[in-house]
Amino acid sequence: MNQAKVTPTSPILEMRHISKHFPGVLANSDVNLLLYPGEVLALLGENGAGKSTLMNVLVGLYRPDAGEIWVRGRRVEIHSPRDAAALGIGMVHQNFKLVPTMTVAENIILGLTDLPFVPKMDEVCARIRDIAARYALTCDPHAYIWQLSVGEQQHVEILKLIYRGADILILDEPTAVLTPQEARDLAAVIKVMTDEGKSAIFITHKMEEVMAFSDRVQVLQNGKVVAARRTAETTPQELARLMVGREVLFRLEKAAQTPGATMLELRGVCADNDKGLPALRNIALTVRRGEIIGIAGVAGNGQRELAEVIAGLRRVTAGEILIEGRPTTNQSPFDVIRAGVSHIPADRIGMGAVGSMAVSDNIAMKGYRKTPLADHGILHPQRILDFARKMIDTFRIATPSPQTHIKFLSGGNIQKAILAREIDACAGLLIAVYPSRGLDVGATEAVRKRLLEQRDAGRAVLLISEDLDELTSVADAIAVLFEGRVMDVLPSDQADVETLGLLMAGVKA
Amino acid sequence: MNQKVSIVFEKRESLSRQASLLVPVLSFGVSLTLGAILLLLSGANPLATYAAMARGAFGSWRNITETLVKAAPLMLTGLGVSIAFRMRFWNIGAEGQLVMGGVAAAWVGLFWSQALPEWTLLPLALLLGVLAGALWAGVPATLKAALKVDETLTTLMLNYVAILYYQYLFNGPWRDPHGYGFPGTAQFPAAAWLPRLSGRLHVGLIFALLLAGVLWFIFKYTRWGFELKIIGENQTAARYLGIKIGRNIVLALLLSGALSGLAGAGEVLGISHRLQQGLSLGYGYTAVIVAWMAQLNPLAVVFVAVLMAALLVGGDQVQIMMGLPSSVGVVLQGMILIPMLAGSLFTEYRIRVVRK
Amino acid sequence: MLALLTSILTITLRAGTSLVYATVGEIYTERSGILNLGLEGMMLLSAVAAFATGYYSGSPWLGVLAALLVGGLLATLHAFLTVTMRANQVVSGLSITLFGSGLASFLGQRLGPASNNNYLVGLIGPKFSVMEIPLLSQIPVLGALFKQDILTYLIYLIVPLAWFYLYKTRNGLNLRAVGESPETADAMGIDVLRVRYRYTLLGGMLVGLGGAHLSLAYTPGWAENITGGRGWIVIALVIFAMWNPARAILGAILFGGINAVQFRLQAAGTTLPPAFLNMLPYLMTIFVLVVMTWWETLSKRIGAPAALGTAYMREEK
Repeated sequence: MNQAKVTPTSPILEMRHISKHFPGVLANSDVNLLLYPGEVLALLGENGAGKSTLMNVLVGLYRPDAGEIWVRGRRVEIHSPRDAAALGIGMVHQNFKLVPTMTVAENIILGLTDLPFVPKMDEVCARIRDIAARYALTCDPHAYIWQLSVGEQQHVEILKLIYRGADILILDEPTAVLTPQEARDLAAVIKVMTDEGKSAIFITHKMEEVMAFSDRVQVLQNGKVVAARRTAETTPQELARLMVGREVLFRLEKAAQTPGATMLELRGVCADNDKGLPALRNIALTVRRGEIIGIAGVAGNGQRELAEVIAGLRRVTAGEILIEGRPTTNQSPFDVIRAGVSHIPADRIGMGAVGSMAVSDNIAMKGYRKTPLADHGILHPQRILDFARKMIDTFRIATPSPQTHIKFLSGGNIQKAILAREIDACAGLLIAVYPSRGLDVGATEAVRKRLLEQRDAGRAVLLISEDLDELTSVADAIAVLFEGRVMDVLPSDQADVETLGLLMAGVKA
Repeated sequence: MNQKVSIVFEKRESLSRQASLLVPVLSFGVSLTLGAILLLLSGANPLATYAAMARGAFGSWRNITETLVKAAPLMLTGLGVSIAFRMRFWNIGAEGQLVMGGVAAAWVGLFWSQALPEWTLLPLALLLGVLAGALWAGVPATLKAALKVDETLTTLMLNYVAILYYQYLFNGPWRDPHGYGFPGTAQFPAAAWLPRLSGRLHVGLIFALLLAGVLWFIFKYTRWGFELKIIGENQTAARYLGIKIGRNIVLALLLSGALSGLAGAGEVLGISHRLQQGLSLGYGYTAVIVAWMAQLNPLAVVFVAVLMAALLVGGDQVQIMMGLPSSVGVVLQGMILIPMLAGSLFTEYRIRVVRK
Repeated sequence: MLALLTSILTITLRAGTSLVYATVGEIYTERSGILNLGLEGMMLLSAVAAFATGYYSGSPWLGVLAALLVGGLLATLHAFLTVTMRANQVVSGLSITLFGSGLASFLGQRLGPASNNNYLVGLIGPKFSVMEIPLLSQIPVLGALFKQDILTYLIYLIVPLAWFYLYKTRNGLNLRAVGESPETADAMGIDVLRVRYRYTLLGGMLVGLGGAHLSLAYTPGWAENITGGRGWIVIALVIFAMWNPARAILGAILFGGINAVQFRLQAAGTTLPPAFLNMLPYLMTIFVLVVMTWWETLSKRIGAPAALGTAYMREEK
């Protein structure tokens, strides 16, 4: 696949000057993309780089603010997935769009309009089998989706696209859910497709995939294309540097570290994700009082699950977790909180706050169990209000009033409220997951300052972040997570962007 | 120029406070208007009818007590349902919980008067009524908490089991042998009667008012109420905060059923003094309307319950005075929520027309 | 003995017809993801509308039309509130039940002719009589199938059609997907909201037909509470049928049959209180629900449409 291919002169797909923004975020900025028939293009970048947004624009789920799309030499408008399908463009999402209680064949013909009223299922199944045979896909048209493995389900998604006449297939992080064998099968399938003249774009953050599957690669960072290369003409090192490298925004003053006793220890911890696939494999980690350990890595490599097993929100399938030397493996969230653990979750509105309740209530949601906010089960609303006002002041939370429902605050201020609550309640260990995601510069700086404060006050901090600046400037040591494993742990003054980038993309130095 | 026009819902930036207060009032107005149209079409004078209904409900002391007689069980069941709904637990089994409360209270009244000192009969009957209602709600609650079985359907089915059971009891084994052909049990001894305040109105009303206050207090001032609120609003957050979800849901539902059970006990011990046809009048379903219109606020439940009771009593009066079907009241009850259901979307969302 | 069985089956089918119509209707509604608890009110209101229309026009078929209209209108109201306004489905359904029952009672006392005090009760109106099919109706036991009125005969057509439509046609496939996974259906280009409207409406019309059978064939005539709680029983029957129209008849026979059987049993002198027999279907429904939910978490095989009862909205991106 990496041999030089004869590139036909005209591209089958061109995206020109695509821009797309969401409130507060410029997801794509003047992005250009070219795709030729019979080739595989990789879109490489971290989370938030704009890869998914760009592809969602292509399949009609988003409307671009500016730019044009040209397919087979003609300008087109894509308003919906149906339009995209009519042009031969289809996408296999990370979350499969399949109905579990229906069969493979039923899922494949679902929603098709040029189907007879009473579909002839024999013909449909025969055609499915033909396609499957041609593209080396496993398939039993009568099997129910819930009976299939994840890899087989992905095959169904691909079959679905080909059945509906797709020539341009987009795959979103395709190997995230596959075993190594399944990933190899996928590679074979893609090869057959491209030999036939079909093209594929796949979104990824894994270097191995890029080098093994693609003919060309475009690297995105912060919504812009920073580089386009022929895969054969570049190296993982160069790509890694392109993927994560950027000017450092600012450096915080950090006092020298004086670590104390071990606060958190993970030994051989294994856990599964929501789909039942392994998310954490044999994690060993130690965090001491007075230090900040950073966890780097592209989102989806086990970060969420790591925070959840420590916080008691997810079961551990093997291994032990110890807090201050006492085992807390698989204890309830209540017990873990009582052991002195605070958790700033990745999902602010879904988990960290109750949107329809007041800011003051949210701030009191850890402290309400004891004096001074409550006595013998009775709350003291005035004291809660005073406490909230104090926090609002200290943490500079911008809110019309303490009684405003927290969902009306901006993301940054919600995060500040959560921070206030968790820091106030923290007795030993603070877990912060993507704490400054989506925040502006001022709020980000405030968050990082607080984390350093906690560390200097003798707490242990586990900082899970996608922002390498944050990790290198705040953390004392950085561990890189990839596919549920700790690739390496580096002291932060020895962690440079290129090394980290490679580790994050799965390449052991 | 091919422009596609589509309607899009956007979340408002701030909750419209006025809308939350105004919508129930406006809804009532709309349903009165629609009811007026119905009356006009059927040849009656709407204003005269509504005036007669108002007089029927509030026009004399006697009428007011009759309205309150109906309001008390509606308050209790309304409070019970509102607790469950706050937990996003769709308890539509208040009817069955009420009936079982009545059955348990009747059991004490009928069979324990010999064995126990007089002064214990009433408290015991009330207690058992409360427990029976709690149990009747506890079963579907446990099924949901432990096995994730849908509560809408289980609570509904249990209504029928309860109703069939109580009908069997007063028609069969508990039937009064000296009953003159009317199916029903014998009357309880006077020691098991709830004292009356005026007319047919009994102390059950006091219980209802007190409990409304208690619930208000629980949700505003106690740790438990705070936790229940969080569970109802965001279960994921509740779990993350260390709140025990399953246990709390079951406890809240026990309380919910207990309130409806108390309503049933009240009816049996305060009004009929026996178990007979007429215990199950649909209050359990009306309670859902009451709770929703009150927006699950315990103090508002009191007022809405009185309003609903007024519609029923007023309707009865209208039948007597004007020869119009008493079901006018029920029709209005049914219509009252519909504008509100249609309107609640506007308190949170704004409609925008988008041209593409 | 055979005569006894035949007569039980005959009565059961007559009693169960309205149940079958309403069950098939509600199956379709729930398959689209909408729970309609307004059935009792809808059946009552359609029954009174059917009877009144039939009485004044002299044609029972016009009565059927009226019932279809009424059922459809109330169902559309429910769809509007739950699909477009995204209101709580339980509360909307209960409101409609209350409204429908109240209005039916009201009309039952106002729509009658002056000669009867404006009451519809006690009037004799046109009806669908039993049409025995010669020869077939003589068969022992199964002959009961052929001793029914035209609305019941229609069921023999509608149930297989309903089954076929749901499982063998393109539209049925899309419908099932909407109920199981509206996000997936949406991603595949299906208009989820329109599907929900369509099948809630269709379901409502079938419920109306059920009501029509009560006042134009079964009773016939109008009486307060003519439905006897059937609207609620249907909710249980839908679960029993496991959302499969073909099984709707089974459940209807079970519930309808128990009523018929209990009289015979009493006459035969058994000691089992009829109330417990009556309770059995409800208890069994709970049992079926528990087993299904439990088994569903073990194997995603059978169960309620996964998205039943939830509102759906794709926010503007």
